[in-house]
Amino acid sequence: MQNKTITELAQGLRSGEFSSVELTSAFLGRIRQYSSLNAYITITEELALQQAKTADARLATGNAELLTGIPMAQKDIFCTEGVKTTCGSKMLDNFIAPYNATVVDKFNSAGAVMLGKLNMDEFAMGSSNETSYYGAVKNPWDVNTVPGGSSGGSAAAVAARLAVCATGTDTGGSIRQPAALCGITGLKPTYGRVSRYGMIAYASSLDQGGPMTRSAEDAAIMLQTMAGFDPKDSTSVDVPVPDYKSGLANSLEGLSIGLPKEFFGEGLNSDVAATLEAAINEYRKLGAKVTEISMPSLKLAIPAYYVIAPAECSANLSRFDGVRFGYRCENPADLTDLYTRSRGEAFGKEVKRRILMGTYALSAGYYDAYYIKAQKIRRLISEDFKKALSEVDVIMGPVTPSTAFGLGEKMDNPIEMYLSDIYTIAINLAGVPAMSVPAGFAKGLPVGLQIIGNYFAEAKLLNIAHQYQQVTDWHTYIPSHFE
Amino acid sequence: MNSQWETVIGLEIHAQLATKSKIFSGASTAYGAEPNTQACAVDLGLPGVLPVLNEEAVRMAVIFGMAIEAHIAPYSVFARKNYFYPDLPKGYQISQMELPIVGIGHLDIDVDGVTKRIGITRAHLEEDAGKSLHENFHGLTGIDLNRAGTPLLEIVSEPEMSSAKEAVAYMRKMHELVRYLGICDGNMQEGSFRCDANVSVRPKGQKEFGTRAEIKNINSFKFVEKAINHEVERQIELIESGGKVVQETRLYDSVKDETRSMRSKEEANDYRYFPDPDLLPVLIDEDFKAKIKARLPELPQAKKQRFKEDYALDEENATLLTSSRALADYFEIVVKESESPAKMCANWVTGDLLAALNKAGLEITDSPVSDQRLAGLLKRISDDTISGKMAKQVFEDLWQGTSTADEIIAAKGLKQITDTGAIESIIDKIIADNMDQVEQYRSGKDKVFGFFVGQVMKEMQGKANPGEVNKMLKDKLK
Amino acid sequence: MSLTADDVKKIAHLARLGIEQQHIVSYTKDLSGMLELMTQMSNVDINNIEPMAHPMDQTQRLRADVVTEQDYREKFQAIAPQVEAGLYLVPKVIE
Repeated sequence: MQNKTITELAQGLRSGEFSSVELTSAFLGRIRQYSSLNAYITITEELALQQAKTADARLATGNAELLTGIPMAQKDIFCTEGVKTTCGSKMLDNFIAPYNATVVDKFNSAGAVMLGKLNMDEFAMGSSNETSYYGAVKNPWDVNTVPGGSSGGSAAAVAARLAVCATGTDTGGSIRQPAALCGITGLKPTYGRVSRYGMIAYASSLDQGGPMTRSAEDAAIMLQTMAGFDPKDSTSVDVPVPDYKSGLANSLEGLSIGLPKEFFGEGLNSDVAATLEAAINEYRKLGAKVTEISMPSLKLAIPAYYVIAPAECSANLSRFDGVRFGYRCENPADLTDLYTRSRGEAFGKEVKRRILMGTYALSAGYYDAYYIKAQKIRRLISEDFKKALSEVDVIMGPVTPSTAFGLGEKMDNPIEMYLSDIYTIAINLAGVPAMSVPAGFAKGLPVGLQIIGNYFAEAKLLNIAHQYQQVTDWHTYIPSHFE
Repeated sequence: MNSQWETVIGLEIHAQLATKSKIFSGASTAYGAEPNTQACAVDLGLPGVLPVLNEEAVRMAVIFGMAIEAHIAPYSVFARKNYFYPDLPKGYQISQMELPIVGIGHLDIDVDGVTKRIGITRAHLEEDAGKSLHENFHGLTGIDLNRAGTPLLEIVSEPEMSSAKEAVAYMRKMHELVRYLGICDGNMQEGSFRCDANVSVRPKGQKEFGTRAEIKNINSFKFVEKAINHEVERQIELIESGGKVVQETRLYDSVKDETRSMRSKEEANDYRYFPDPDLLPVLIDEDFKAKIKARLPELPQAKKQRFKEDYALDEENATLLTSSRALADYFEIVVKESESPAKMCANWVTGDLLAALNKAGLEITDSPVSDQRLAGLLKRISDDTISGKMAKQVFEDLWQGTSTADEIIAAKGLKQITDTGAIESIIDKIIADNMDQVEQYRSGKDKVFGFFVGQVMKEMQGKANPGEVNKMLKDKLK
Repeated sequence: MSLTADDVKKIAHLARLGIEQQHIVSYTKDLSGMLELMTQMSNVDINNIEPMAHPMDQTQRLRADVVTEQDYREKFQAIAPQVEAGLYLVPKVIE
């Protein structure tokens, strides 16, 4: 049952093969059984069973949606009313959100069942899930390696079948990188496609929520529910949401794929490169034309990102001050003590590093040298994408330079950790959509293929990923011990 | 004041915009609610919330810009001003820095009969902070965030005022303008209109500015004058005794009549402004401006000019009547509805009516005598139904009750007698009864004429038209 | 470009971020490393490039001036560290 796709489960729920309560109970059982993965921060068992019951009743009326009764889970960055929402931080360990994120409201009205809240890097800052206050998540393919981050709990839960699907958020690769390292499908939509209201902000001009699923078809179903204009989010874009499923079967004959030479140079693990080469060959077989392209500004993405994202985060995280919600230090001596100790005691090291970096980049005398310069480079990068995507339909490349690295391996070297985001970060700076699709294995660990499209071309990306998944079976592999 | 020194003053005025909801949220801006009952998730800066800009706040800023003949930025940007303070929930204030919505404009002030043009550097939109309450929470401070997110227009003047008097004139003029435009209620006690003053002194003739001190949150016209004068004295004394003015923020203490330093130098602020990524650039196109232009009320200066020309009013009356939009509107309705000479209407409004309002401590908008009811009274003066003297009596009754002038005139039988036959017979009788006085008058004692008028009026219980009585008496006594 | 421990202390104060004395050194090293990364940006010709603050070339949507929010004080203050008489309490603010 846990290996079925959303479409298959929806059929089973309608044919009476199983009820949502049964399905939900099965997943709750697996979550308990595999709790050592540490994928969940909060399990909402009671709520899930109640939602499943409601879903069963709705299914009986025949007035259900595809996601009605499907057990899924939310990254703990989305506010869920009445349910603890921690963002992976000690700062919010006591934070019961008093309202729902728009995305959560949308899943609720679709009748989806929320199993719980998924572990993540603290405030979505990290690429390994090791910065979580609740401890690292383990990669189900090898529990000694990281699942990636920041949506590491989401990726591990979906890969280990602890949820049918999950939400993630992606600021510099946080959906795609863990999806790649855990062998699942992840989509970061166009900036503004999915509402950010109620999604706790890391870097507001880069953050975007998206689906993390086992297949492209499941991702299409999830995105259908998540996407859409939200008047509560000024950066939400008022563009009609297409039917993501209807184009999945389109032929790829004549599709033009660009491979940026900057993506395949030094630094890319040779096993990963070989796996990707094989995947791209599959596309050739499907009728695609592959050309090499150049995007010279890509190499500047990491420095630009590590100015812009910390700058935005330094302000976004100022609201965590121990006054209205969240952690407050014991017996503050005065106001400054209240601020510095509450924040000092409750934020982890990586969050502090980025707040410091951002504060510095915005401070008097450095603003032009860092922040303005980074924003100019952001435009160069964005123009690289616009130019490339006027020449080819999609861009393909790696998601990560290597497969999952060992737990603890990069924790003491933040710069090395940052460099592992080299293939994903530029996409957020430009705001275009991109996917990670399971493309095979290197030494037993999953490898992801990245597919990058033009603004609002999510349907195209899903079609391209789905066609690949019709001729390959990498996305159906199950990590051993989690069958 | 010491004549070797020259004072330089610039004002930053914060006007709360009279919108129904907040600048970035749908919470009410109404004043005086229970603490924190009008602070919604966005105002509290809860994790995950996002701002959406209030259209009316933008319109009001543009209206203001047009009124001061300023450049309206086609493209303006909101920025985050970062600092920690408990009444600032997000740890940053959403404001505008590099690209404000209103650019360079000006405002003309009149001081001692001389008009001076004061440059306005800019006006920008921002959110207000909450309030800290210091009383009695076991040594703690209480925070009320109802005010957080109320839209503010910060209006920054050029440092072009050279005395406290000019600063007060500027502030009054600005106060009048924003109320005229209907963009701010101007209630200074509730903090709807407040002012910071940048004050410096320099030796006469020196070009460079002296070091300035910023006096924060001055909430009355009286205090602006006192605070500036005090600060100027303090700076001059300091310099003359060999000291140096430091750039700092000072707070005016109205009880002690002094300013004192608010923040130590060590706390020098670095606000780290940067464009707010949650908000997009605000685009103001010609269409948006054209719609606002159509809504733009006549401005005080233009209205005063028109009053002088159309109604032939003198400077004093025109100034007084255009000092608020409500008063000007009241006056114009009275003129129109009473079909009476404007001069008479002006005298009644600025005379009897304003005197009564002042005495009762009321604003024109709360006047017990509506424009229509006053017009009804003045109509009866101009058509000679009653005399001006009788009208004063009727006005008393209008003030006290709800009847119309006509109802009062009828009820009291105040109708003036204009029937010349009736007047003539009474005059004849009085002449016949007072032949001695007739002789005196005819022999050149003009003063006696008053006696006859008095007698006739007495006989007619004041209801005779005095003009008619005068004319007829003169004829008869010839 | 590298930072000193004093720089880090200053930045930490600006961000009201308590950092224990023994960790100042490692933050100094990490931040200096990040700044080293930034030097890659210095050789790029960016003179005529407009800074880009948002990925989408869009302008701000305006909200109608309507009161849509109700009073949720009780709900919001249930998660607050310290409240009394409807007010959030903080250590005395000195002015």
